[in-house]
Amino acid sequence: MTTVRLREPLKRLAGGRADHALEGATVAEVLAALERDQPALAGWILDERGRLRRHINVYVSGEPGGAETPVGPEDRVDVLPAISGGAR
Amino acid sequence: MTELLVGTKKGLFVLEGTPGEGFEVTARAFAGEPVEYAMRDPASGRILAAVTSAFYGPKLHHAEDAHGEWTQATGVELPEGGEQALERLWVIVAGEGGRLYMGGDPGVLFESADGGASWALVRSLWDHPTRPDWQPGGGGLCLHSIVPWPGEPDRLALAMSAVGVWLTDDGLETWRHGNEGLRPNYIPEDAEPGMTLCVHDLHRAAQRPERMFMQFHGGVYRSDDAGASWTGIGAGLPSDFGFPMVLDPADPDSAYVIPLEADMDRVTPGGRVRVYETRDAGETWTARGDGLPSEHAYLTILRQALDRAGSGSELELYFGTTSGAVFGSGDAGATWAPAAEHLPPVYSVRTA
Repeated sequence: MTTVRLREPLKRLAGGRADHALEGATVAEVLAALERDQPALAGWILDERGRLRRHINVYVSGEPGGAETPVGPEDRVDVLPAISGGAR
Repeated sequence: MTELLVGTKKGLFVLEGTPGEGFEVTARAFAGEPVEYAMRDPASGRILAAVTSAFYGPKLHHAEDAHGEWTQATGVELPEGGEQALERLWVIVAGEGGRLYMGGDPGVLFESADGGASWALVRSLWDHPTRPDWQPGGGGLCLHSIVPWPGEPDRLALAMSAVGVWLTDDGLETWRHGNEGLRPNYIPEDAEPGMTLCVHDLHRAAQRPERMFMQFHGGVYRSDDAGASWTGIGAGLPSDFGFPMVLDPADPDSAYVIPLEADMDRVTPGGRVRVYETRDAGETWTARGDGLPSEHAYLTILRQALDRAGSGSELELYFGTTSGAVFGSGDAGATWAPAAEHLPPVYSVRTA
């Protein structure tokens, strides 16, 4: 299974746990699985359309990725706030 | 003692004090996060705070007091799998019978029957057949004004930028426009505005509910037929551009506005900060600025950053600025004093 790694405040919403092992073939699929597993995260990473929020970055095993980036069982998906969102 | 809930670019601030005697910051919540609107529900006593994180999207939280535990409200979202996402939460208003209404972008209305813990999207407005033609204003497609009718829970008025005034008389089942007489100055004089009407704020006179007042995007208007038609009352103001407005509930002929220089220069005119008051339904306006900055003061007061407490001779007025000041008056605007001077940019001020 793919590991999704969270930082605050997402980690707090996910029961205080940073790492979550999830099934899925793409970033979008494992994040959707994360929301099902941790309902308090619903709407925080993906919006109602199922799209990654504009100022959320994901990295797949250290490389910048997107919603459609394929993932495998050895991959780690880091979910991070983008510096672009800090302008407000 | 008056409590002010001040939403800012960097968190919610609670101020407590008395006009003329000073205010203190007694709490800060959501440090670093934009709090675009906060109010205390008069029925449940809860504080509701709309937090629009640049990263995680708009969320509504509630707490018994600002120092306490905050809980995220449920149901504050658009239908899953659609083409749109909720962008911002603009306003929360207490209606009749303990109900709460909340407006947001993209032109959405939510209602709550449990003091703001859970919300439901009002589908009659979401599914309105004219929605594909709705155009956003500079702040997005924002539903910013929600105006109940005292004693009549089925009647409600809304205003959106830039989709004008909407009225319902049947408990949110059906909606009709209330835009006759509005004349935008941002289109040619001979052009038909259609629905692209940029209302900035909308209020109802408590003791004469068929009377309403409006700050428009260039124009101040009054309606004496429950919002069906409108008459310009901006003559006598230094500028008819501005955002917030309040009324004295004790006087149906009253309104207060804070003019800004112009659409293209949204600061207090001439470097002087003055609130303008009418007590004759807009026939005449009087400047109220005793105690407010009067020289080289180029302030911006946003749509939700003016509110009142009390009424009549005990009317209190409060407004916040994008430069981080909050000013208050305990004598219906005759004299003013700072309630806070160094907050982050102020998005909203609500009394409790």
